[in-house]
Amino acid sequence: MSISIQEGDFDVAAEMAALRRSSAKTGALVSFVGLVRDFSNEGRIDNIFLEHYPGMTEKALGKIISEATARWSLLGVRVIHRIGPLLPNDQIVLVATAAAHRREAFSSCEFIIDYLKTAAPFWKREQTDIGGRWLETRDSDIQRMEHWIKGE
Amino acid sequence: MKIRLVYFGRPREQLKMSGETADVPENLSTLADLLGWLRARGEVWARELAENRVRCAINQEFSGLAAPISDRDEIAIFSPISGG
Repeated sequence: MSISIQEGDFDVAAEMAALRRSSAKTGALVSFVGLVRDFSNEGRIDNIFLEHYPGMTEKALGKIISEATARWSLLGVRVIHRIGPLLPNDQIVLVATAAAHRREAFSSCEFIIDYLKTAAPFWKREQTDIGGRWLETRDSDIQRMEHWIKGE
Repeated sequence: MKIRLVYFGRPREQLKMSGETADVPENLSTLADLLGWLRARGEVWARELAENRVRCAINQEFSGLAAPISDRDEIAIFSPISGG
């Protein structure tokens, strides 16, 4: 179970290889990679800026991973979230899970990214051709999290 | 009482401040009271710290506006989160 908050990019293949090697009991690896889009409702995106709350972020992500390991039998979890200035097509976040079987790996990966969206203290500022704005938690993300809480 | 205040997201940008140590009147007992006290600082504070605009954390735990505040707390005030 490992968490990194970093400005630099990450290598998905290297991260997956490390997760694969961490246990010979692993039968399934699942990864989610979130990227910077080049469009929003406001227009074309030139760049984004991500900030976080040092200390609280690590605690919140630790809590999210603990919750995932309590729900599913996991052999490994890797979360990397980037901060600072990013451009369209850049990688923002990696969530990768390892489990004996695919069901646990798929479900836990989706749970962790859904939970992160509503409970990890990151803020995204989007710069478009018509101006800048701070994004806010989407209702659809809150609804995703409510589904998990209700046990769906 | 002394409160460590930290700002993130939109308030941090608009208030042009990332943090401060504030000497807060003893009669403030909740986060809502604290926000009200901060809003009295001026126009940008009143606008940016409106209750429907901000979220808060006390000692790095998300907290509702009715949560009690105490001497030496670290209180974060921020716009709704948007990671991932």
